[in-house]
Amino acid sequence: MSKAMEPDLQTPLRRTSGQAAKEWSHPSNHWLRGFVLDNRASLGTLAVFIVMMAVFIIANPTVFSTWYLYSSVLTTLPVALFVVVPLVFVVTCGEIDLSFPATMGFASWVFALVVQAGYDPFLGIAAAVVTGTLLGFLVGSLVVYGGLSSLIATLGMNFLLRGLIQIINEGKSTALTNLADSAAYKIFSSQIWGIPVQIFWAIAFVVFSALLYNRHRFGAQVKVVGDNPDSAKQMGIDVKLVRVKVFVFTGIGAAIAGTFSVMINFTWWPTAGDGYLLPVLASVFVGGTPTWGGIGTVVGGAIGAVTVSFIQTGVVAAGLSGFYVQFFNGLIIILSLLGHKWNQARYR
Amino acid sequence: MGERIIELRDIKKSYGQVYALGGVNLSVDRGEVVGLIGDNGAGKSTLIKILSGVVKPTSGEILVRGKPVSGWSAARSRDAGIETVFQDRALAVQQTIVRNIFMGRELTGFMGWLKVNKEIAEASRLMREIGFTSKVFTPQSIVGQLSGGERQGVAIARAIYKQAELIILDEPTTALSLTETAKVFHFVRQVRASGRSILFIGHNIHHVFDIADRFVVLDRGKVALTADRSEVKSAEDLINFMEDVAHPGGLPGLHEGAEQRA
Repeated sequence: MSKAMEPDLQTPLRRTSGQAAKEWSHPSNHWLRGFVLDNRASLGTLAVFIVMMAVFIIANPTVFSTWYLYSSVLTTLPVALFVVVPLVFVVTCGEIDLSFPATMGFASWVFALVVQAGYDPFLGIAAAVVTGTLLGFLVGSLVVYGGLSSLIATLGMNFLLRGLIQIINEGKSTALTNLADSAAYKIFSSQIWGIPVQIFWAIAFVVFSALLYNRHRFGAQVKVVGDNPDSAKQMGIDVKLVRVKVFVFTGIGAAIAGTFSVMINFTWWPTAGDGYLLPVLASVFVGGTPTWGGIGTVVGGAIGAVTVSFIQTGVVAAGLSGFYVQFFNGLIIILSLLGHKWNQARYR
Repeated sequence: MGERIIELRDIKKSYGQVYALGGVNLSVDRGEVVGLIGDNGAGKSTLIKILSGVVKPTSGEILVRGKPVSGWSAARSRDAGIETVFQDRALAVQQTIVRNIFMGRELTGFMGWLKVNKEIAEASRLMREIGFTSKVFTPQSIVGQLSGGERQGVAIARAIYKQAELIILDEPTTALSLTETAKVFHFVRQVRASGRSILFIGHNIHHVFDIADRFVVLDRGKVALTADRSEVKSAEDLINFMEDVAHPGGLPGLHEGAEQRA
């Protein structure tokens, strides 16, 4: 009994020379194998993306070698990334947030109002982020402290907030013509060496969030709460506060996303953000974050967003008619889910 | 035996007219494994809840290291170094061993960023301390890959990290195979060797007999027997005693059988 815990029967046959002295060792000590095992979900998503792109490129090599195609995807993709990434936190925490499109619309409306009133766009961005934070807190509190189902409550909030925007604006859009000359536009929405600058901000956001998810107390607690809330509570974690925080994070992400989408078009529409609901949700799950909570992948979610963004562009560019877009959307989602199901075991 | 970690004196707990505990005396010394045995409904779980401060006793006295404590609560229990490890639902099984050990008490540096290497080193040290060494698993292995006994080990290591002096193991070997039970016993012995105490609760008398230094038999809210290991010859003695307690007149069939064997 005082021997080492595991009888050698359990270790697969292999050369153990040189490892006998180590108390902790892994059967797959090679760094590459460890890396693959630790990141299997996001690597699986990357594989799906690469296969899909290969099919598109083979179908129409000339179109896919033009920079314009990638440039247009890189302009709109960042908007999605700013909401996909916080949603990975929400889903990991065992919740869902369907209210982010309305939050995008609401926060970018505040941005548009501030800019239209002649204030600096930086102030508008700050006002939008504050709005997103407050809306996220409102939605989160409603779900957590109100004890409501997040699926239904956030759906309700999405309609309610969008309805408010529509009632007040009566369907009218706001043009922001003076935006193009501002410093904020140059920093957040211009081009560097022909590359849309938004993508750099989005990548920075993804990297920061991935660190937050894997290397910060917040990410650690989000995962534990999604995995086993009873245990988390017993260990002194404020489970409700953690849940509210993920909604606040989504609100902030949605505010940034909404602001970026307005800056691309120089116009705010009362429908701003509406079209993002389903593609963004699909991206999270295509990216390899499972629905049951406790685990997930930020980088996978980002790759999922890239995949979903390229489906539409790719299908049309590959020479198929626009009628094929939805079909391929569905095909990629189903194939990804099947792949992830095979790729990751659920521990109970 | 060393210092007296905790002592319960004449603890009574009633729910309305019903007495769950009718005057229980129980003490645990430093470096001792106390086995608490009792049938379903004997009051074991009420006693655990009182020790962990979740339930307040109707009357009676609680002494921590010889000093009476007033206003017993979950916080007081934690301050006294009492940690309860429940069999189920204690761990987040999709997370790593490290994340479970530091759940709610993450080792963080600047602005809440995790000190990952420090956590791994500290987890390794804790696992070594309870005798959990493995060729297969590392502190970064997922708890869901571990067997039932090994999961108990993670929960015990977490309790030790929380500076526990007395670890209450609630049915730790129920539903475990023989090899898994042996692992849990191994951890328990290591914890005892490190000078901490364990209250081992179970209804498998053979398990409790194998591991405990002292036995406390609970029956219908009262302590029916307290015995040192030296006073009890075999697990069968304990079983016979419990049968006598449960059926004072004796079940005719059972006793005839026992006499025939003798």
